[in-house]
Amino acid sequence: MTLLEATQVRHLFGGLCAVADFNLDLQAGQLMGIIGPNGAGKTTIFNLITGVYQATEGSIRFKGTELVGLTPHQITALRIGRTFQNIRLFRDLSALDNVRIAHYAQADYSPLEALLHIGRYRREEQRIIDNSRRLLAIFKLEHLAGEMAKNLPYGLQRRLEIARALAIDPELLLLDEPAAGMNPNEIDQLMEFIQWIRTEFKLTILLIEHQMKLVMGICERIKVLDFGETLAEGPPLAIQNDPKVLEAYLGQESVG
Amino acid sequence: MSAVLKDAWNGLLDQAWLVPALLLIGFGLAFAIPEYNLLNKYIQLVLMYIGINIILTVSLNLVNGYMGEFSLAHAGFMAVGAYTAALLTMKVLPVAAYPVLFPLAVLAGGIVAAIMGLIVAVPSFKIRGDYLAIITLAFLMIVKSAIENIDYIGGPRGIPGIKRLTTLPWVFFWTVATVWMIRNFVYSKYGRGVLAIREDEIASDLMSVNTKRVKFLAFMLSSFCAGIAGALFAHLLQFISPRVFDIIKTTDVLIMVYLGGIASIGGSILGATAYTALMEVLRPSTMAALFNWLPDLIFDPLNQYIIQNLGVWRMVIMPLLLVLVMLYWPRGMMGQREFRGFIPRRDRDAYRRINAPVNAPGEKP
Ligand SMILES: Nc1ncnc2c1ncn2[C@@H]1O[C@H](COP(=O)(O)OP(=O)(O)OP(=O)(O)O)[C@@H](O)[C@H]1O
Ligand SMILES: [Mg+2]
Repeated sequence: MTLLEATQVRHLFGGLCAVADFNLDLQAGQLMGIIGPNGAGKTTIFNLITGVYQATEGSIRFKGTELVGLTPHQITALRIGRTFQNIRLFRDLSALDNVRIAHYAQADYSPLEALLHIGRYRREEQRIIDNSRRLLAIFKLEHLAGEMAKNLPYGLQRRLEIARALAIDPELLLLDEPAAGMNPNEIDQLMEFIQWIRTEFKLTILLIEHQMKLVMGICERIKVLDFGETLAEGPPLAIQNDPKVLEAYLGQESVG
Repeated sequence: MSAVLKDAWNGLLDQAWLVPALLLIGFGLAFAIPEYNLLNKYIQLVLMYIGINIILTVSLNLVNGYMGEFSLAHAGFMAVGAYTAALLTMKVLPVAAYPVLFPLAVLAGGIVAAIMGLIVAVPSFKIRGDYLAIITLAFLMIVKSAIENIDYIGGPRGIPGIKRLTTLPWVFFWTVATVWMIRNFVYSKYGRGVLAIREDEIASDLMSVNTKRVKFLAFMLSSFCAGIAGALFAHLLQFISPRVFDIIKTTDVLIMVYLGGIASIGGSILGATAYTALMEVLRPSTMAALFNWLPDLIFDPLNQYIIQNLGVWRMVIMPLLLVLVMLYWPRGMMGQREFRGFIPRRDRDAYRRINAPVNAPGEKP
């Protein structure tokens, strides 16, 4: 079953074409990677999917629903969670509140119930707290629940951001360079971890990454972008040996 | 030793009966004080001003503290509430029905102010920071000049002869009710949305927070409470005019917010109380009494000068105080912190340690 489908998406920033003729067919349960040199348009694609930018042309459908034209919170409420290349936690709020905030769309109570703390408010708040604590526990962050996000070490901030994205209860998870700034040992752990949350939360994952080890190690399909254009798409082995890809990466990083 | 005391203190604060008991005592006092003249009339008046200022401060804190905007419109919402309620009690409601219908008039003041709050909420969707501050200032000026130009409501002369319907029990009731609602709002998904917007609006939206809705609700609740405060104020002062609700009034509330500390209900209550009391002490008559009491301490002509010019100096000291507090005491009395008793038990318990066994790979300790 196709979960996310993009057809002929194009995005211009003024005169700059950041994404051109972008097509995507992401099957439910798949783990797909997007790679490409700096400025290739990878993050822009995430921003187009999640509604931060409106595609200049083309269509993006999630389970048949057209996403182009929806606001970010509407798209997120369809159960698409994401992280950011440059961590964007709510820095001055506690780790727990960071995760609780992401339950907004799920919290099923009205402003009146919130104002008077009556009705569904109590049940829902308790459920949200329990779920947030469960997520923090899974990420080994429960002892830091009361800590401000900005006071966590970098690695833990990355983890908290994934925990927050999972609070959306996503079917599709978008990870933007989750291994950025990690050492090889941490990357190994992260690979194992991504595999684990994938089965545990029944996720479809689209991830952007520069670390070839991670991309080649866990992705089932890989899409290569360069200057907004799709250079190649296929399983890791085919991508590794694709001459066009090797050329684009020449002098950047050795593939493999 | 102090740890034992602290535990005992926290244990007391955790008692579920504490808040209802305090409220009951408060209500009892609010009725008893005017009934048996337990405090002199002047102190009673000051207590009522403190209550009204608490409502104004807590509600402005929702926008300026929790949401991190800088709204200057508060006095405008207060004016809307004051005029709405005053017109209702003077021109519409039958005299015989005052005691029963006064709360309805106050409520109406709040509701009309809340509707005006929508007008300020809409530009906040697109604009933030300094530009929004300017728009709220413009709103304040528009409200003022609109009132000045409507003859039916007294124009620049205002409305004299409003019935004094605001009493200590009513002030107590509305203060408790509005503070309680704002506290409830803050500790809900909407309140957390407000905090998230302050931190990072785009990230909030991407974490499913309906930021427009949250802003709508926050501005409406804030202006609703300002309208309530205005209605009470009008029926205490018994005279309102556009001049009463100018930028100086907003500045007063701003000082109370930042003095008490942003994003803290407890702080706002402290800030409003301290500042209102301070301003009463700085009144020429109070100062005169004080200087008479200490005749030899300060050179007499200086006393006379201070007493006579206090009104003018107040206009210099107040904004200066605001600037100094914001620059050198950004946390105020209890910025970003809260009285334990105000935090819902559920929220406090959420941070209790648990050690549930969870096995996630790649993270083995
Ligand atoms: N908001 C924006 N306004 C104008 N140009 C932008 C904007 N965002 C991105 N761009 C441009 O679009 C192009 C693609 O940017 P994008 O961030 O998607 O690249 P990327 O593939 O994620 O790169 P990196 O690996 O460095 O993260 C770049 O040339 C960038 O400068
Ligand atoms: Mg990027």
